[in-house]
Amino acid sequence: MIETDILIIGAGPCGLFTVFEAGLLKLRCHLIDALPQAGGQLTEIYPKKPIYDIPGFPEVLAGDLIEDLMKQAAPFKPGFTLGERAEEIEKTDDDQFIVTTDMGTKHKAPVIAIAGGLGCFEPRKPPVPNLSDYERKGVEYIIKDPNFYKNKRVVISGGGDSALDWAIYLAEGVAAEVSLVHRRSTFRGHLDSVQKVIDMSNEGKITLLTDAEVVGIEGDGKVEGVVVKTDAGETVKACDHWVPLFGLTPKLGPIAEWGLNLSKNAIDVDTFDYSTNVPGIYAIGDINNYPGKLKLILCGFHEATLMVQSAFKRIYPDKNLVLKYTTVNGVSGF
Amino acid sequence: MITITVVDREGQEHQLEAPTDMNMNMMELCKAYELPVEGTCGGMAMCASCHMYILSDHDLPEASTDEEDMLDQAFFVESNSRLGCQIHLTDNLDGLKVRLAEVGE
Repeated sequence: MIETDILIIGAGPCGLFTVFEAGLLKLRCHLIDALPQAGGQLTEIYPKKPIYDIPGFPEVLAGDLIEDLMKQAAPFKPGFTLGERAEEIEKTDDDQFIVTTDMGTKHKAPVIAIAGGLGCFEPRKPPVPNLSDYERKGVEYIIKDPNFYKNKRVVISGGGDSALDWAIYLAEGVAAEVSLVHRRSTFRGHLDSVQKVIDMSNEGKITLLTDAEVVGIEGDGKVEGVVVKTDAGETVKACDHWVPLFGLTPKLGPIAEWGLNLSKNAIDVDTFDYSTNVPGIYAIGDINNYPGKLKLILCGFHEATLMVQSAFKRIYPDKNLVLKYTTVNGVSGF
Repeated sequence: MITITVVDREGQEHQLEAPTDMNMNMMELCKAYELPVEGTCGGMAMCASCHMYILSDHDLPEASTDEEDMLDQAFFVESNSRLGCQIHLTDNLDGLKVRLAEVGE
């Protein structure tokens, strides 16, 4: 069991800055994130994009901002559970919480700070009829073990790097047959991967279907073929697996079942201290909602700062909290 | 001020008054009127969650490569598909009519 003072769900900018603000009050933090790295949307979606509205930074790349937030948090030695999704929460007899991830890792803390952004990143599912009926019966959204496709006929959909890279990998002696279906004739992946796919298509190792889309699945209880639509009409491509790789999209996920008041796909909070309707659980950053809410990183930083003050009082009801200025006292870590 | 018509996913039409001097785009305008547009990435043509169809015959600037690439992650893409975040509101868009695209699961 991992124990800490503030358990932060979500290791995006807001969660990371919470570590710093909590650290100034001598509170320890541990972060859980479904993504395999810290940074949330900033590292997952737009690491190379500049952000212009962080006070004091006329322009900063999203990836660099996360790196600096990690540096700022480092003196306070945050713990991380990455690549695991916070799944269940339970209240203990001593007024604490236990949060269990999808991998079964347990975390205990008196305060939970949900800084989950727009939720957990999950594969984007294409709107194909009866899709869910074929999940784990030939439809996979993530390739975990390529050997799973040994000697199988595989259709991959998508035009990004993951679609290109997996098509190449599986076509090099793993799968019996690989087809790549893409909506356009140009790809957005790395140029050398694109060239490689075109070369392999010319060599007959990959069946490349461009300006095409999978619009249906056929099969009795498992995938036996997909319906491919082009300008010329619809044809059925026989296969054992269909792997649609359309990137990730955030979903509120299991947090929606935690008994918190929700509205507009976000958690309602009191702007006094960003507390939710459950004492001890707070929500900060893009995941919360209150009158006048703006989904901006800088607002999340402010929310984190006020939230840890309230968290301190919950953890140490008898201690007096005096705001210390870092300009006077500096920053002393753990 | 210009007027823009947005058809939501239930087929209902909304007339939106839009300022052209605030550097706004269609995604932001829809969100301002609380229409169901996500705009996950904040308007950087990185998430395709503001996918919409252009119904009127306005002369829009061509989609950038970034926008075209990101439309690959959208579904139900048609020849009149655009990302709302890449449509900047200017005076010549008065009377623009768009329909919000269906979202995947």
